[in-house]
Amino acid sequence: MNPQVKNQIKSLAAVYRRELLAYLTTPLAYVFVAVFLIAIGTFTFQVGAFFDQGRADLSSFFAFHPWLFMVFLPAIAMRLWSDEARSGAIEILMTLPAPTWALVLGKFFAAWTVAAIALALTTPLWITVNFLGDPDNAAIFVGYFASLLMAGAYIAIGAALSALTATQVVAFVLAVLVSFVLTALGLPLVLNFMKGLIGGGTAEALANLSILLHFDAAQRGVIDLRSVYYFVSLMALALAGATLAVDSRRGG
Amino acid sequence: MLLQVEGLRKSFGRRVAVDDVSFSIDVGEVVGFLGPNGAGKTTTMRMIAGYLEPDEGTAKIFNIDVAQDRRRAQERVGYLPEGAPLYGEMTPWTFLRFIAEARGMDKDAARHAVTRAAQDARLGEAIERPIETLSKGYRRRVGLAAALVHDPLLLILDEPTDGLDPNQRQAVRDLIRRLGGERGVILSTHSLEEVEAVCTRAIVIHRGRKVADTSPKALSEQYGGLDAAFRTLTGGEEGL
Repeated sequence: MNPQVKNQIKSLAAVYRRELLAYLTTPLAYVFVAVFLIAIGTFTFQVGAFFDQGRADLSSFFAFHPWLFMVFLPAIAMRLWSDEARSGAIEILMTLPAPTWALVLGKFFAAWTVAAIALALTTPLWITVNFLGDPDNAAIFVGYFASLLMAGAYIAIGAALSALTATQVVAFVLAVLVSFVLTALGLPLVLNFMKGLIGGGTAEALANLSILLHFDAAQRGVIDLRSVYYFVSLMALALAGATLAVDSRRGG
Repeated sequence: MLLQVEGLRKSFGRRVAVDDVSFSIDVGEVVGFLGPNGAGKTTTMRMIAGYLEPDEGTAKIFNIDVAQDRRRAQERVGYLPEGAPLYGEMTPWTFLRFIAEARGMDKDAARHAVTRAAQDARLGEAIERPIETLSKGYRRRVGLAAALVHDPLLLILDEPTDGLDPNQRQAVRDLIRRLGGERGVILSTHSLEEVEAVCTRAIVIHRGRKVADTSPKALSEQYGGLDAAFRTLTGGEEGL
């Protein structure tokens, strides 16, 4: 491998390890993961009436992912850059001989890993379903895969907004707001309202950009390559934005 | 030439922070940046370290333009930011390992580099304790060690002794003197005795402009003491 690229990967990996360590050595991540697990359990069993469905699948579990993610993942991502700007440690990062995208990706992957751990901790539910009946495990796998991709998109959005402000709370509120709009664009209620407002064609086009729409099919076990492409593009776009925001600090 | 700064200029909005600053530094020189708060010392240092981009002018480290070829220049600079920000939850050991690995060293090289830098900065027992539990003096040493990990030839230290007690200040000064021998050092300070004690040259900056560049001794002789020189050159004004 080209030695320059190799060094850039090393920088990325070092930032990733440090960031993940920071998550695992501060109580914040544990609190959020615990609250997330309680919330997803409550929603699945109480609101989603998991046992009353009489079906051995996880649809009542996956259905709540977008709504919980858009609150919990901005909370995980909010500190990524605002905290560095507030403490001044961003000067340490930006005077390393590393490209800005490597710093952005290292931090993003660390936060995504925390989300993946939270998701992995929900597997007892999957085991339960297998005890109770004979679920379509391939469909459940697809659901988890799509959920992980979706989590990446929410975190990338949170990271980008965190790069714009030195205040964590502002980063959080902005990220929840943007995430909500992107998610809700696909709701029938919102969709019908938009149709009346801007016409059917435009509303449908906008709905195609909705996180909910792309997650909807996947949670039933149907993975559409276009949805994978959508989530990856959303991540790439948000992370490019984060890179630009971080780099703009050099301009003063 | 280790560092060559030419016509450096930077403004934030309508405020001109650094206005046409030029100077150069050779190996073995310890240059003290003097000036009131807000004179442009930090901004100048940030531009040399590649944290800020200049609006005009160049800073070249071994002839590598920091703005044009930032990462290659940054490989040759050790930088201690103002206030020495660190990651409090880490120990100096894990923090320095992070810096070394982020600078592209592999595990063995990083371990060696960190051990050497920790020795150079006299970290001692502190290396295993969380940074947030360390005294200010030791935190400053951790910051210095981080600037030394890759054994750079140019050290940029923004107020390395600010906020330290006299003993800590003395220890950090001894370190700088020792490190300065085979490197070039720029340090900013408010303490004129520090300039006398460690610097071979003093550059006075006022309102973003360089107003003096000579040895502390010459400065002191010309104005009848460094204190008088500082007050005369900066007009006795309080910076913003």
